[in-house]
Amino acid sequence: MTTIKKRAAKLDLKQYGMLMALVAIIVLFTILTDGKLVKPMNISNLIFQNAYVIILAIGMLLCILTGGNIDLACGSVVGLIGACAGTFIIEMGMNVYLAIVLCLLIGIGVGMWQGFWIAYVGIPPFICTLSGMLVFRGITLLILKGMTLAPFPAAYQQLSTGFIPDFLPEMVLFGEKIKSPLCLLVGIIIAVGFCVSQVISTINKKKKGYETQPVLLMLVKMVAISAVVIWVFYLLSRYRGIPTVLIILGLLLVVYSFFTQKTVRGRHLYAIGGNMKAARLSGVKTKQMMFFAYTNMSFIAAIAGLVFAARLNSAAPTAGQSFEMDAIASCFIGGASAYGGTGTISGALIGALIMGVLNNGMSLLGLSSNLQQVVKGLVLLAAVAFDVISKNNLIQLPKFFKKNNTANL
Amino acid sequence: MGNTILKMQNITKVFPGVKALDNVNIEVTEGEIHALCGENGAGKSTLMNVLSGIYPYGTYEGDVVYRDQVCHFKNIKDSEKQGIVIIHQELALVPYLSIAENMFLGNEQAKRGVINWDLTNKKAAEYMAMVGLNDSPTTLIKDIGMGKQQLVEIAKALAKNVKLLILDEPTSSLNESDAKKLLDLLIEFKQTKGITSIIISHKLNEISYCADKITVIRDGQSIETLVKGVDELSEERIIKGMVGREMTNRYPAREHNVGDVAMEVNNWTVYHPFYADRKMVDNVSINVRHGEVVGFAGLIGAGRTELAMSVFGRAYGTKISGELKLNGKPVHLKDIPQAIEAGLAYVTEDRKGDGLILTDSIKHNTTMARPAFISSRGVIDKDLEKNKAEEIRYKLGVKTPTVEQNVGNLSGGNQQKVLVGKWIFAEPNVLMMDEPTRGVDVGAKYEIYQIINDLVSQGKAVMMISSELPELLGMCDRIYVMNEGRLIAELEAKDASQEIIMSYIMQDSKGGIGA
Repeated sequence: MTTIKKRAAKLDLKQYGMLMALVAIIVLFTILTDGKLVKPMNISNLIFQNAYVIILAIGMLLCILTGGNIDLACGSVVGLIGACAGTFIIEMGMNVYLAIVLCLLIGIGVGMWQGFWIAYVGIPPFICTLSGMLVFRGITLLILKGMTLAPFPAAYQQLSTGFIPDFLPEMVLFGEKIKSPLCLLVGIIIAVGFCVSQVISTINKKKKGYETQPVLLMLVKMVAISAVVIWVFYLLSRYRGIPTVLIILGLLLVVYSFFTQKTVRGRHLYAIGGNMKAARLSGVKTKQMMFFAYTNMSFIAAIAGLVFAARLNSAAPTAGQSFEMDAIASCFIGGASAYGGTGTISGALIGALIMGVLNNGMSLLGLSSNLQQVVKGLVLLAAVAFDVISKNNLIQLPKFFKKNNTANL
Repeated sequence: MGNTILKMQNITKVFPGVKALDNVNIEVTEGEIHALCGENGAGKSTLMNVLSGIYPYGTYEGDVVYRDQVCHFKNIKDSEKQGIVIIHQELALVPYLSIAENMFLGNEQAKRGVINWDLTNKKAAEYMAMVGLNDSPTTLIKDIGMGKQQLVEIAKALAKNVKLLILDEPTSSLNESDAKKLLDLLIEFKQTKGITSIIISHKLNEISYCADKITVIRDGQSIETLVKGVDELSEERIIKGMVGREMTNRYPAREHNVGDVAMEVNNWTVYHPFYADRKMVDNVSINVRHGEVVGFAGLIGAGRTELAMSVFGRAYGTKISGELKLNGKPVHLKDIPQAIEAGLAYVTEDRKGDGLILTDSIKHNTTMARPAFISSRGVIDKDLEKNKAEEIRYKLGVKTPTVEQNVGNLSGGNQQKVLVGKWIFAEPNVLMMDEPTRGVDVGAKYEIYQIINDLVSQGKAVMMISSELPELLGMCDRIYVMNEGRLIAELEAKDASQEIIMSYIMQDSKGGIGA
């Protein structure tokens, strides 16, 4: 019994370890920068700066789940979609929304191309996406003829740099000016909604006679999450309100969390990464799921491409270069296994935020971007080393457990 | 009798929280075959790891005395220098290297770091001849079968000038004739070269066949040592020592209520997935009735697994032809999801490779084959999932506190129960069980037999593929015998015996060569 309890503690440590690291980094840089890090404007900046990485990390996680497979092409797809958007909107003067839909369709098409080779022909993803990285960057350069297209119309820029317009009057709270009360209101609604849903689900579980989490734990969780949500939205409301991109981000996070955690298809992704053969013999359509993972990756990359082009306010030939590395790093820092089968969307979010806060914090401190790269690299290594070392422990533990188990027979 | 070559005295090995070995004593005489018996987790492998230096000197209590000297092995290299070589259950061969390369891996025939390949291959051929391997030394390991791979391991041990050979479950993945060949080789080495062997095995018939002495280990303690010629070495006697009680019946009784035909396969032919002209199953017609256990006997490669897997939604093979009827109605199963939907289940012979996700929980493994039962419109009800998995775990007696436990942490017997549970959860009508008790200890075997009996008493049909003939004879109502892809006999279990089945196979193989 003792070993099992120890094991549970170890898992918890791994799950919450990176969250703790994120909190520690935030606290550290808040102190080092005299609070500049958590200034309302900087929080908005953090969101703008990191939105595309988080978006890409969501797609990348699904690929990594299928067995540590990565997509090297997504950075090039970001560039390609930016180029398409630029051509459609700036050169051809197309309706912005029509152009967005077309760009997303192109993203899906690119994904199907890669998914076909990977899933149905059996090209190793690393090689197939390496090819894609070259091909799609090349097409981007061809489309743009090596030039940058700018500027985008305001309606398109809204996508990334805009804020949700507020109809409520400004107000003053605790001596601070709240420029966007709607934003604060939304934050409170989300927090309350979360608490209510927790309570309802617990009551439902009780009714059906299922096991429920301890009340204290639930309360702590509710208070902590509500506090963080309200605090972030409070800060945002003191600047210019809810960034549009935060809505896109929130939607994607919710949808893909639900997909991976709650749906049969999501479970299948984990099963493929855990043991491809066993998954196949259990009726998982493994090829179809691989095809889906890579099609989805490029679809997500298309969204990131649209967001990033809007933020740059231009379609640049080099846009998105090495973004794939940031996305991959986010997933691994966030606890996804390099062998597949484990990892969560929330983990990828935490991983992306750790990198984002590190970047932002070091920039505020005036450290050179060269040094920033070194630190980011070391953080990635440390996070994965943590994963591998704790896994190795897990491999030794079963032996003890087995002894223990049969000794009790 | 010769001198004592090895004495392990009062060995105690403690892992955090668990005493794996508790004052174990064992004495091995030079030139004997000494068997270690015990249930899974009794401590046999731990004891051998102590002996070979995997657990270095100082991490255990007690003394390992080898040739009258107390050993201070720090690692495997140290023990190999003394001529102690251990061959693990999972073979440590590199599939894409040749036999010769594998044989001298870590012991390369080199001068100043430059390998002499001619010498390597020549020496390899010599050692291979000793174990009766007549392949070319440059053949890749992946191209030879399990039986031969095991022989390569032994040749490798010979190349290290072995004095004391330790074999952990050497025959678990071999068929009966390959296993016998291996045991005969050990006996030959004993007689001609004076090599001492320690063999760990679950197959008691093999132990009584080759062992001079048997030490029984139970719950980390050495219980007794039986000596050939002094004590009775029958299987019943060994089992009694292993489980600490008399097992009067190794196969639980069941009432025979055989109903209508549940699955009927007619003129089934399957070709190899890569070599499209190789027939793996050749015009086979069989049927399985509700409430019936039907056995499939044959050597490895007889086409039994290929038959079952190709029926199971074409999970194996190409150019599959023939008719499949379920409950009298012809069906066409295009893929595995359709087969599961139609009420078929295939319980694989390779639970770690093809059956379970070792890094995932019992819960997720249990529900994997039929997520529809715990979800609506593709959304999983996690609470329902936990309860259902808990139900199955309880029903099958998987010994673990919760279903959140990772499957990789369970013993072989418990893993097998999880695998069977996964398919019971899928609520099939016909279960095709491939080697359902492979690598499982006596106690867990009995429990799995009981599970099978429960299933047929509910009217399920069970197709049981097994390389252990006593198991087929003990459990089945009817037995089909297959050889080289063809069905060669159908027997009522009560009329069958090991001799009859083997003689069918032998005669058929001969006929095949003659024709």
